[in-house]
Amino acid sequence: MEHTKKRVLGKTRQSLKLLVLRFRTVIALLVIIVIFTLLSDTFLTVQNILLMTRHVAINAFLAIGMTFVIVSGGIDLSVGSILGLCGMIVGALIDVGMPLPIFGVVIYFHTWFIVVIAIAAGAVIGAVNGVIVTRLNVAPFIATLGMLYVARGFALLSNNGSTFPFLNGRPSLGNTGFPFLGEGNILGVPVSIWLLVAVALLAAFVANRTPFGRHVYAVGGNERAADLSGVRVRRIRFRVYMISGALAALSGLIVTSQLIAANPASGETYELNAIAAAVLGGTSLMGGRGTIGGTIIGSFVIGILADGLVMVGVSDFWQMVIKGVVIIVAVAIDQLQENISRVAAIQEEKRG
Amino acid sequence: MSASEEILLRAVSVTKVFPGTVALDGVDFNAYRGKVNVLVGENGAGKSTLMKIIAGAEQPTAGKLVMEGHPVRFHSPLEAQSYGVGIIYQELDLCRNLSVSDNIFLTREIAPRGVINFKKQREASKRLLARLEHSIDPEKKVADLGVSSQQIVAIAKALAQNVKILIMDEPTSALTADEVSILFRVVRELKAQGVTIVYISHRLEEVLQIGDFISVLRDGKMRAEATVGDIDVNWIIEKMVGKSLSAPPPREGGAAKRVLLEVLGLSYARVEGGHHVKGASFFVRSGEIVGLYGLMGAGRTELLECVIGLHPDASGDVVVDGSPLPKSASVGERIARGLILVPEDRQAAGIVKTLTVGGNVILASVGGYARMGILPRNAGKSEILDMIRQLSIRVSSSDQLITALSGGNQQKVVVAKALLTKPKVLLMDEPTRGIDVNAKSEIFAIMNGLARTGIGILFASSELKEIVALSDRVIVMAGGAVTGEFGRGAYTEADLVAAAARDRVAPRSSGEG
Repeated sequence: MEHTKKRVLGKTRQSLKLLVLRFRTVIALLVIIVIFTLLSDTFLTVQNILLMTRHVAINAFLAIGMTFVIVSGGIDLSVGSILGLCGMIVGALIDVGMPLPIFGVVIYFHTWFIVVIAIAAGAVIGAVNGVIVTRLNVAPFIATLGMLYVARGFALLSNNGSTFPFLNGRPSLGNTGFPFLGEGNILGVPVSIWLLVAVALLAAFVANRTPFGRHVYAVGGNERAADLSGVRVRRIRFRVYMISGALAALSGLIVTSQLIAANPASGETYELNAIAAAVLGGTSLMGGRGTIGGTIIGSFVIGILADGLVMVGVSDFWQMVIKGVVIIVAVAIDQLQENISRVAAIQEEKRG
Repeated sequence: MSASEEILLRAVSVTKVFPGTVALDGVDFNAYRGKVNVLVGENGAGKSTLMKIIAGAEQPTAGKLVMEGHPVRFHSPLEAQSYGVGIIYQELDLCRNLSVSDNIFLTREIAPRGVINFKKQREASKRLLARLEHSIDPEKKVADLGVSSQQIVAIAKALAQNVKILIMDEPTSALTADEVSILFRVVRELKAQGVTIVYISHRLEEVLQIGDFISVLRDGKMRAEATVGDIDVNWIIEKMVGKSLSAPPPREGGAAKRVLLEVLGLSYARVEGGHHVKGASFFVRSGEIVGLYGLMGAGRTELLECVIGLHPDASGDVVVDGSPLPKSASVGERIARGLILVPEDRQAAGIVKTLTVGGNVILASVGGYARMGILPRNAGKSEILDMIRQLSIRVSSSDQLITALSGGNQQKVVVAKALLTKPKVLLMDEPTRGIDVNAKSEIFAIMNGLARTGIGILFASSELKEIVALSDRVIVMAGGAVTGEFGRGAYTEADLVAAAARDRVAPRSSGEG
């Protein structure tokens, strides 16, 4: 009797520990929010939350695409550059249009069509990544590192290193309205936040509820088993890079729209924030493990940490140190949790 | 064979040539419809290759497959599946990060309009698992299941494909006795449902229990086919072994030397219950070559790894040259005390591919050459050249990259590396795996030479001929336990096979010395 009680108690303590470990990122997020709320009066205001979420969104789009890539067993270092390049494509299309010298005309597209072109461009660049990885067998790290430079180079080349400013468009050309994406509100909530909600829900749905999503996990978990089960491994790996590229382009659109200017340097080192968000959210760099929900929370931890530290006046330099420590601690705990829960599950199976 | 039985799948003079070896040599194999067709043979006899060809994972060099009277050619596992051929590999090809039902329905998701219906998949998984008399939660991650449950999931996955013919490669190697009897019920039920089973096993009693027809492969050739009712274990062993060789007579002066390694009650538990190694005790004398024989999964590799200290949570005592090792002794400390392991997987654990021959040779003893923490440019040069000469490693220079060497020469480099640590006892795990016949005999000569210098050698092998030819004494393992011990001249090959097939019963042999 006493023995059983002790065992049950021991078990609940263990499952409590597991629960804490499993929801560590949520707990970390809440802790950060509480700390900043105590330190700053303006932190927990609707105004500030919306502002921070807009910042978070830019990284979150990249991180969602990154999650697909990492879960499949790859990595995409080129997202920051794709963001910059696609921003420049938008800038060019609004500002100078598309000249067709043969006919001696310049075509100005409608704003929404430009948005579609930019996202398609991102997907195409991602597809190039995918081809390099799946057909030329270049390691994803190297392939996308190369693309990081190539895309950034083209972004700088596109206007000789200068920005395309004042992207309000001209009514006479019918290409106004671009700033709406970054600055507009629907029902008092910024458009970029609505987009984040929509993309996150869609991504989570694709990851969890579609055969494609399951196959991404299968490829990352055990490529050989996936192959022997008939999963088209190459096609899956190709598509995750396309998704990542398209989402990087979307992020580029929002950044460009918020600034109402396309800067060829925008998005530099964003790939690292995206990886950090995914990893904080429980994505394993070994592939096969990670969730969109976790990645969103990870994006919030990184974003809120950055904004909050600024608000309470911590220097840039210390911000970097803190961010780095948070990432390392998170992954260390992640390893611990994996081991504990696996052993616990197997013991439970033995008992049951 | 009775003509009334219908053959579902027939392999007709299938030959498979790999660079350097002929794995299958004109093999005919029949799988009778609705029967359990057992395939047995020693390791390397060609069983796995034959099964891979039937499952579409390998293409035959010559010969053909005939299914239900029509010649077929499977270019991929997927194509074989479309003909109703399912296979459960020994290493269980499951995605451990996915749930049970995700695995069962991988690429065959129930997804009307592109959206997976998890409820239907769960229910279907439950039904399949219930058919296998298992109540595994379909939502559980496969990584969280024990090996036997994973096995059941793999079978369920094959069933979900409506297989006509199911190949099971050593399905019981990781199962306990209870689990085996459940598996057998499943096999019988599948049979009753008209599924044709091809069953590969090393466990001979098991084969007699479950099989209807039996085919025996040896050295890439089909040696015999019989109805299981007509034969017994001795028949199988005879066909597997061929001419059963007796052990060579004892070497002169082999006995009465001092004991260099003594292992007492060594056990190493599995995380998921059961043991890799269970209560193993044995010893190795100076100048003695001890063969460690056993089937795949018998625990030979784990035993050697425990002795060298790779598994700190193993229990039992290891005594080296009279003085017991502390339990906490690290690999490095054990090497310093005179133990060294030549690992099984040369590519992954034996050599460092990016280093030169010389760099590999001094790798394990590199600390001894450093002067105040700095390695002189020609560190160990004379020892390296010495080793190259002594083991006749064929290189143009010791600065050659190790990857430029043949497998046999690479293995000699690994042995040289081990010898430079001045071991008293050399542990070797499958020392001749993946090397050609000439290199094999060179390795044997090296081992004999080392034994003459007084080193004790404990080597694990699954090749019977090798064990018999080299060993002064043979220790046989099955299911993690020592099931037999035989001195030179006191056994036949058949004795070893019988002891290795003695699964799950572990009477300790009393043959101490």
